[in-house]
Amino acid sequence: MIPVLLIVIPLVSGLLGFFLRSEKTARGWALLSSLVTLAVTLWGVGVDKTSPLLQANVEWLPDLGSRFAVGLDGLSLILSLLTAVSFPLIFIATWRDQYKRAWNFYALMLLSQAGLLGVFVATDALLFYFFWELALIPVYFLCSQWGGERRIAATFKFFVYTFVGSLLMLVGIIWLYFHTPDHSFSMESFYKLRSTISNSDQTWVFWLLFVAFAIKMPIWPLHTWQPDTYEQSPTATTMVLSAIMVKMGVFGVIRWLAPVLPIGTWAWGDTVSVACIIGMVYASLIAMKQDDLKRLVAYSSIAHVGLMALAIFATDQSGMQGVMIQMFNHGINILGMWIVVDLIERQFGTRKISQLGGLATKAPGLAILLVIVALANVALPLTNAFVGEFLLFSGVFTSTATQYNVVFTAVAMLSVILSAVYTLKMIQGVFYGKTNALTEKAVDIRLNEKVALGVIVVMIVFIGVYPKPVLELTKDAADFILTKMNYK
Amino acid sequence: MPINYYIFLSVALFCIGVAGVLTRRNAIIIFMCVELMLNAVNLLLVAFSKMHYHAMSAAMPSAGIDAQLFVFFIMVVAAAEVSVGLAIIVMMYRNTHSIDVNFLNRLKH
Amino acid sequence: MTQLVWLVPALPLAGFLINGLFRNQLSKSLTGIIGSGTVLGAFVVSLLIFGEVRQEGFQPVVVTLFDFISVGKLSIPFAFQVDSLSALFLLIITGVGFLIHLYSTAYMHEENAPQFARYFSYLNLFVFSMLLLVLGANFIILFIGWEGVGLCSYLLIGYWFQNTDYDDAARKAFIMNRIGDVAFLIAIFYMVNKFGSVSFDEVFGKASTLSTGAATVITLLLFVGATGKSAQIPLYTWLPDAMAGPTPVSALIHAATMVTAGIYMIARSHVLYDLAPVTQTVVAVIGLATALLAATIALKQNDIKKVLAYSTVSQLGYMFLGLGVGAYTGAVFHVMTHAFFKALLFLGAGSVIHAMGGEQDIRKMGGLRKALPQTTGTFFIGCIAIAGIPPFAGFFSKDEILTAAYAKNPVYYAVGVFTALLTAFYMFRLFAMTFGGKFRGTHEQEHHLHESPAAMTIPLWVLAILSVVGGFVGIPAVIAPNAHWLAKFLGPVVGEGTGAELASGTEWGLIATSVVLALIGSIGAWARFSKKPELGEPTGFGKVLANKWYVDEFYNAMIVRPLDLLAQFLVFFDKNIVDGIVNGVGRLVQYGSRQLRLLQSGQVGGYVLLMVLGILILFLVELFSGGSGTVTKAVVGH
Repeated sequence: MIPVLLIVIPLVSGLLGFFLRSEKTARGWALLSSLVTLAVTLWGVGVDKTSPLLQANVEWLPDLGSRFAVGLDGLSLILSLLTAVSFPLIFIATWRDQYKRAWNFYALMLLSQAGLLGVFVATDALLFYFFWELALIPVYFLCSQWGGERRIAATFKFFVYTFVGSLLMLVGIIWLYFHTPDHSFSMESFYKLRSTISNSDQTWVFWLLFVAFAIKMPIWPLHTWQPDTYEQSPTATTMVLSAIMVKMGVFGVIRWLAPVLPIGTWAWGDTVSVACIIGMVYASLIAMKQDDLKRLVAYSSIAHVGLMALAIFATDQSGMQGVMIQMFNHGINILGMWIVVDLIERQFGTRKISQLGGLATKAPGLAILLVIVALANVALPLTNAFVGEFLLFSGVFTSTATQYNVVFTAVAMLSVILSAVYTLKMIQGVFYGKTNALTEKAVDIRLNEKVALGVIVVMIVFIGVYPKPVLELTKDAADFILTKMNYK
Repeated sequence: MPINYYIFLSVALFCIGVAGVLTRRNAIIIFMCVELMLNAVNLLLVAFSKMHYHAMSAAMPSAGIDAQLFVFFIMVVAAAEVSVGLAIIVMMYRNTHSIDVNFLNRLKH
Repeated sequence: MTQLVWLVPALPLAGFLINGLFRNQLSKSLTGIIGSGTVLGAFVVSLLIFGEVRQEGFQPVVVTLFDFISVGKLSIPFAFQVDSLSALFLLIITGVGFLIHLYSTAYMHEENAPQFARYFSYLNLFVFSMLLLVLGANFIILFIGWEGVGLCSYLLIGYWFQNTDYDDAARKAFIMNRIGDVAFLIAIFYMVNKFGSVSFDEVFGKASTLSTGAATVITLLLFVGATGKSAQIPLYTWLPDAMAGPTPVSALIHAATMVTAGIYMIARSHVLYDLAPVTQTVVAVIGLATALLAATIALKQNDIKKVLAYSTVSQLGYMFLGLGVGAYTGAVFHVMTHAFFKALLFLGAGSVIHAMGGEQDIRKMGGLRKALPQTTGTFFIGCIAIAGIPPFAGFFSKDEILTAAYAKNPVYYAVGVFTALLTAFYMFRLFAMTFGGKFRGTHEQEHHLHESPAAMTIPLWVLAILSVVGGFVGIPAVIAPNAHWLAKFLGPVVGEGTGAELASGTEWGLIATSVVLALIGSIGAWARFSKKPELGEPTGFGKVLANKWYVDEFYNAMIVRPLDLLAQFLVFFDKNIVDGIVNGVGRLVQYGSRQLRLLQSGQVGGYVLLMVLGILILFLVELFSGGSGTVTKAVVGH
């Protein structure tokens, strides 16, 4: 019931949105719809985990053995919650952004939300693939219609890149489907495959699925679509891409790869971990050199997501819990970063750090909120990201899935230092120092942005001080996946 | 008469047709060559039909009849083709004042 | 009362929130009252707790507030530990903290109200974090405070954020601290791995199960963390730069409290250090080297705050020497006395800077004793205290460390006592150049000279008194048996019987040596600099010292520049190689398509030819594929 509502509400309101012919109505409609979705998600979080309300399973494509099966467990709840929280915040924060044919923009945004929620709640592999692509299409149009100057090239690259990955994944899913004894796409059947697929098959099928997820996350060296796409997309879409869409990759590995092919996952664990660690340090170093705020945040995101992937392959309890809480945290934090970037870009028409400076004098409210978000980005204690990163790193350190755990932790922690370097450099470049001709006329943050950032800051501090509710929400799901990942 | 003679004849006709289509640029001659190939096939079909009839008529009076049916089909198709094809050629002549097929490479651009 | 220990950090936190959120509404006096009042409240509560802790038979109490992180077997509560060590630190932090808050109300008076409130909210946040650090009952809470104080240090160093140099200094402090913090975190992960817990009780309880190797690794990592926070080699260079912050901040954070966090942490986890003799040697040697290095640099500095900063680094080195030789009580004792006299010296320096209208160069001062009598008096007391002249506070604590060092290894003692000589020398050089001789500033400055208001001089006098009497809580046994109250108080937590037993004759000898050297240094410096101040640019070896042994330049060339070049290379690599390959694949497909397109020439003949060729090839394949095909199989009948 609830997961179906989660898909249907944004889908229907999105389709209706195309027929609204006024920017104001469309905006209000989108906000209303996203708030209703949020309410439904909170209802889902509130009900008992075993409640039948959280499951739905009806006939879809009987000849193929695929059913419209959706369900909410801890993992999908936390990500649905992230999606449901993000969209109203995005709409509120970008309330003042102007779009041509705004009704189409908002309708497409809602459709992408439907796709994203579908990805997270699907418990049928074909349905998962269906929503995976469904989420991509509106984003393609959003970027190519409302993006920056080089939007066509960037969007094309993004689309083709992710689509190549998706096709490989489809091949992988079909291969797995043919190996299920009952020719079914259902998650249960897939989870039983581990005993029937030979080890050598597992090791190569792993890559079919993993490449798709790795591109989405993205993991080094498959990341180059990301900075371009983030830079060229309209900020509202960038928010969707970075706060939620990259989590699709992480989610994909946790739900559809690691438990299905535990031997393959274990066999390639070290290889992938090395790529993740290279990516973390590499992206952090590049972020140090970026002058464009959007590219800086994009590279910082690559570094952070690399850590999550690293922890998945560590196959450790605290690591897995860390991944789940950190997916939420990272989404919230990066949303905050984007809101600030959007604000700066709208006000000054530039995102170049070198052209800004001294904003703290003129916009103290903005500076304070940004500093808190930025501190969460560097995972300072008592912010949400510290809880996440602590669990992630401690999971990697205690991992028994690899013998290089200590080396991995030590090298990966370089990115903790580097994240401080580039984040503080950004704060200093944008907010400190003297004002210049451009920033002289700056006005402080307005109500809608204050609300959005305020909510984010409250969540940052709350989860940072009292992460227990989130950890408890995801506990069972993490344990369940770890038992499935047990390769021995 | 041995079947080989028929085969050789139709192969020869067919090859002439192919060579014509490949080498000539005049649409009408190409057209006639296509007809030649079709008729080479027709000839072969009829020859095989006759051969099967001789060999199997005792057991099955209608042996080989389907090949002859195919010949009729091919003739019908050929007639339709001629009408459409000639119409195209006429149109082409009207537009280009030529019936050279190499003139018709405009799709490329 | 101990159950109410959460009040101690909660009060400054409340102050931070009120001042931070209502900075635009509150008046300056109200801000000052809230900022100082909350810390005073925390001090009162700390006093009550201290009173309880010092009673006979007190057992350490762990107060658990709520579950912070609990995953699987690992459970980290948000818990506070009350014992003699934390109670003592509570007193130092809230006591000195309150005095500095009080001082700040006058010192920062020229700031406008919102900025004033921002300053106090940062200061309160600092006190809150520092209290978390010393109250935490496990390494995670300690770490929260540990990074929290780093953050506040960053914010306060960069308090005047319009000045880019100050921002750079703030950033440098944060990042160098971060380097240490990473090592600290890895040590925590190590403990999680070995003990499945990070709470002090369990870690120290199970410590004996550790192998020496593991204990060495953990303690070394913790020590790297301490070198960042407590400014030891190789991570000390941020502290002198941190003097960019307002002077009361330097007094509170970069002298009295935050930088001693490393000493607190090691004293707290002395159980682990006792298991790792290698680490102890490393700690002692690094501490000693830092003490000596910083003291030599301080000899040639001309910025009043820089001299004090290097002196702080040097004194911190002493404390690490104490920790390294097992004199945990001595190290903590020195933390306490150092907090008194170094806060006093910094606040005195602040008073001087205040009077001089922002001037910090001692070459442009001189003769200030007439205009600033109270500051001069208190500063003098501070100088004597730090020089180690009895019966002032610094003498007792320094002597305790040096005696323990001698017992361990006389070389430690020799270097330590030589550093003590240097300390006395540069402190009195500073004193002489600032207060002695004639005034060397501009006429306008001379006219402006004035003694600071009471809000500034009262803290000076309180700290001066503490600097005089603070040492009496730790009188060595050789002078008065059984008078070392501090050792008895801290004994249950940091281990009793610090230092080996020396013959009383030897001990007297050591005391005499250090006192004589301190006197020589002090009087020598006064005699040399009060009449003829050192005004020119240093030459030769002095130039090397004035340029801080070129360590910053060395780090720049060895770490910062290469890292920057690497990053630049990676930007290029990412754009051209990684992305180049991706785009190359795209281009290859496009190129291939362009070539294939040529086949679609539009020439009908060409298509037919290709078709015929194709058919022929198929026939040939059939013919030569060994007769398995259908064509050759057909049997032609008659």
